[in-house]
Amino acid sequence: MAIAQTAIENIVPEETRDPWYVQFWGLVRRQPLGAAGGLVVLIMLFATIFAEVLSPYDPEMISFEHMLVAPNADFWMGTDAFGRDILTRIIYGARTALFVGFTAAFVGSTLGLILGVASAYFGGIFDLVVQRLVDILMAFPLIVLALAVVATLGAGTLNVVIAITIPFIPQCARVVRSSALAIREIPYVDAARALGFGHSRIILRHMVPNVMAPYLIMLTTFVGHAILLEASLSYLGLGVQEPTAAWGLMLQGGAEEFAESAPWVPIFPGLAITLAVFGFNLFGDALRDLLDPRLRAR
Amino acid sequence: MTLATERQPSSEVGVQAAEPSFLEIRDLKMYFPVTEGTVHQKVVAHVKAVDGISFSIARGETLGLVGESGCGKTTVGRCILQLERSTDGQILFKGRDLTQLDQKALVPVREKIQVIFQDPYSSLNPRMKIGSMLAEPMRVHGIIKDPKQRQARVNELLSVCGLDPKFSDRYPHEMSGGQRQRVGIARALALNPEFIICDEAVSALDVSIQAQVINLLEDLRRQFNLTYLFIAHDLSVVRHISDRVAVMYLGNLVELAGGDELFDRPTHPYTRALLDAVPIPDPEVESHRAHKVLQGEVPSPMNPPSGCVFHPRCPLAVDSCRVSVPQGREISPGHWVACSQV
Repeated sequence: MAIAQTAIENIVPEETRDPWYVQFWGLVRRQPLGAAGGLVVLIMLFATIFAEVLSPYDPEMISFEHMLVAPNADFWMGTDAFGRDILTRIIYGARTALFVGFTAAFVGSTLGLILGVASAYFGGIFDLVVQRLVDILMAFPLIVLALAVVATLGAGTLNVVIAITIPFIPQCARVVRSSALAIREIPYVDAARALGFGHSRIILRHMVPNVMAPYLIMLTTFVGHAILLEASLSYLGLGVQEPTAAWGLMLQGGAEEFAESAPWVPIFPGLAITLAVFGFNLFGDALRDLLDPRLRAR
Repeated sequence: MTLATERQPSSEVGVQAAEPSFLEIRDLKMYFPVTEGTVHQKVVAHVKAVDGISFSIARGETLGLVGESGCGKTTVGRCILQLERSTDGQILFKGRDLTQLDQKALVPVREKIQVIFQDPYSSLNPRMKIGSMLAEPMRVHGIIKDPKQRQARVNELLSVCGLDPKFSDRYPHEMSGGQRQRVGIARALALNPEFIICDEAVSALDVSIQAQVINLLEDLRRQFNLTYLFIAHDLSVVRHISDRVAVMYLGNLVELAGGDELFDRPTHPYTRALLDAVPIPDPEVESHRAHKVLQGEVPSPMNPPSGCVFHPRCPLAVDSCRVSVPQGREISPGHWVACSQV
């Protein structure tokens, strides 16, 4: 009886993988829009890291000799009302946008992830209370909730991050909970309970890694949303404060007064915002397609 | 603990009160509430998945538990594992009532009771390597603290279950169904358990792999002195592996006897119908056999029939079956049946 048992099951399949550049090229061909979005993300990252090297001038240096200069060879995107180089401020603005975007999106979706999984895992009254709180928070439009938080806490970069983070938590929690509810019924979670693991171990080690796909998608699209929200808050004067370079703030300083006389002042930061949000959304969509096994199997 | 003396089990099929049992189930009930409403949840009915069953398992024994889908056999296993908190009744494991223990007190008991699931694809966490999956329980319970020794034990577990130790670096999706089921068995063995619940452990496997896994389970039982509760619907598998077999119908135990005794002399009308449904692998004999197919459908466990739950489909039913619940009785030594008409 015991002889038959060991023989057949020992075939270890050998793994074959294409080199990374072949995989990468395949990815670009399957998801051209996503790759374009990824390129925008990469350019922003590059600008953020090498802002000092890339930018020709000091972003906060005021020069009365060069006020509202039209784009030329010295100032590629012109200067604003204080004589500051717009290209330089856009490069530094990418830093502000990415800092606010990434921090808010990461903190918001991670807290949402844990809350959503815990809500699904514990179920019962805990789930009911958490989900009703999520309902209440989600009843507010993003910008209104963010405005309310900023109005309470006051303006400033850190408060903007907090204001943007809070509306993200329930959004992510809701999406993650629905995935986690399905996972809770899968036998490996029962196996973990039968092995006597604690709640936090089951949630963090056995459930969270298996809801990574919706989490990552939420995270990337949240970065785009957060950049837009930060720009909106700054535009309304409730976000990042002068003289820090931020796209929404630059738009505010140019939109009304100079729309006709010096259109380069509002156009370039507006373009930057549009491109960044567009890029992150395309990237998030592509990521969703790649992580969805139904779409991946071809 | 006073409960033990006060309550009279409603059906005493298979209870041997004299000797202290390894595992003893007394009048176990598991009712799942059916609720209505989103905020204020009102219980409108109960699904009586397990409705008062009692049996015991001796150390080193394999008890087969059979019945149709939805008869509550898996729920019995989940109650013993304390994955579901039973509605009523006692689960005495070596004299301790598991239903009275809180989660913390259950942790040392969980080391001793393990489970092998039906589906080898969903019972392993797809994001964990086999090695860390097997090492994790030992780390959590502090059985082996040294990582090197732990890896050695993982390799040992894999080879005991007929797998190459190389597999510890692999993810579940890189393995076949049979290999995954062996990993599931290795994980169940990781904590040196005494009692393993095999919940349809071979049902999802190909017939050839099924035989291998059954042989593996038998070898392991001898090697580690294990006790099994073998939940299955495949009667030939159950007959092969079990010392005794219990038959469930709609949350109730209808018959319990030694394996060969039950299969050779089925007494309860439901057991007889169940065994009658097994085809005989000889077309000559099969074509001349008179099939007694049960009439009707299994009633809903939300609203089970009064009296004997089997009476609407029973060929032997008389008027009294509609009102009185049949008490289990021993018709020959070790052969219990819950039917008044046999």
